[in-house]
Amino acid sequence: MKVFVDEDRCCGAGSCVLVAPDVFDQRDEDGVVVLLEDRPADHLHAAVREAAGVCPAAAITLDGTA
Amino acid sequence: MAPGEADQVIDYPIAAPTALDPPSEWAELREGCPVAAVRLPSGDGASLLTRYDDVKQVLADPRFRRRLDAEDAARVSDTESGGVFNGTLAKSLPEETHQQWRRLVGRWFTAKRMTALRPGIEAMADRLIDGMVASGAPADLKAALGFPLPVWVICDMLGVPESDRDRFAYWSNTLLSLTRYTEAEINAAQADFRAYMSAHVAATRENPGDDLVSELIAAAAGAGQVMPDDALLSTAQGLLVAGHETTANMIGKMVGMLLADRSRWERLLADRSLVRPAVEEVLRLDANPGFGIPRYITEDAEIGDVVVPRGTTVVCNLAAANRDERAFDDAAEMALDRTPNAHLAFGFGSHSCLGQSLARTELQAVLDVLLRRLPGLELAVPADGLERVDGLIVGGLTEVPVRW
Repeated sequence: MKVFVDEDRCCGAGSCVLVAPDVFDQRDEDGVVVLLEDRPADHLHAAVREAAGVCPAAAITLDGTA
Repeated sequence: MAPGEADQVIDYPIAAPTALDPPSEWAELREGCPVAAVRLPSGDGASLLTRYDDVKQVLADPRFRRRLDAEDAARVSDTESGGVFNGTLAKSLPEETHQQWRRLVGRWFTAKRMTALRPGIEAMADRLIDGMVASGAPADLKAALGFPLPVWVICDMLGVPESDRDRFAYWSNTLLSLTRYTEAEINAAQADFRAYMSAHVAATRENPGDDLVSELIAAAAGAGQVMPDDALLSTAQGLLVAGHETTANMIGKMVGMLLADRSRWERLLADRSLVRPAVEEVLRLDANPGFGIPRYITEDAEIGDVVVPRGTTVVCNLAAANRDERAFDDAAEMALDRTPNAHLAFGFGSHSCLGQSLARTELQAVLDVLLRRLPGLELAVPADGLERVDGLIVGGLTEVPVRW
């Protein structure tokens, strides 16, 4: 699985950090998403998919399921 | 049916059968008439959206404007100004300025920040529950816990001392009321609030602390600018108006929905890891969140397969969209472990609720503390005896009578 984030679309809601704090963080200066792991370990995939699914700005996209 | 068929115009909002259940018309419209002609309380016409994909599409599309100030835009309420969506509170910033403001305030609403606030929120909930327990059962959980908690949280965020929390609660009630207070009382509350906040901002400029007002002043200073008092006052008022009544009512509805079938409460008691998804599920299934989100289009546009003409005001019914079977399996059922749960309770897109992480944190904290402190909690009236407040903007329950 490869994770992409679109900083321009991000609205800083922080939903992804609440769901998958090992993969996503937010910049201190404006709350915009920071990707900590672009190829997260297998045990994190479910949380990453949930984060992408609930992002209110559709700013997280995933490539592949491996 | 085509929008505008006069004999089929529905009055909106549509009355619901009970406090916790949706009107059956929502499902019928979702199936048969996803862009439906409705008449608003003002008497003006609009197009109602009830499908998940349609609501999401409109909320994400900036051509659908937020401000309903065009000549032919629908007025929402029957007051002279047309209500909160038409008046100055709805004054929207240019998109670029909105983005700047949002990112500035957003730095205070990060998930990390909210996690840090959580122990303080839990302590407030504990204290309010102490008070409720001391007064004895039965009690109104909305008055004892749901209503005060979000005001306390907002006061803390603004750096307002504990002794002034009651004044903030009064101002908040008054500013959002459409019927309960006279115009003179509303104007007086508005003036008192602005006078209080002006003095508070001046004091904060002298002695900054660890609060949102100090943070915004410092952020502007860091960029070589002075944060204007007006911007700080509007942000504070926005927080109070957007963050109090919404969360207060949701705490009451959450407890009502979970206790209406007590097996849900038992399940949460047995597995606290369900608190987070359960909060999302009650947000999704809230059948009385209020009016919905209106938008106005200045050019012809397609919504799904339907063309809406320029000059149309559309109303996004978030709660109906959240029950769309196309988007959620067994959409009418409450599944406490539903994940992912991409509901639209906080809207969608770049204008989705700024305070959603705070609202989630407050709801999760309250639920956790209630489960710990009052495992025997139950409704003191039958669930179908709960009554709804049909506030035009924010819906809730009049009371949440409980015992433990």
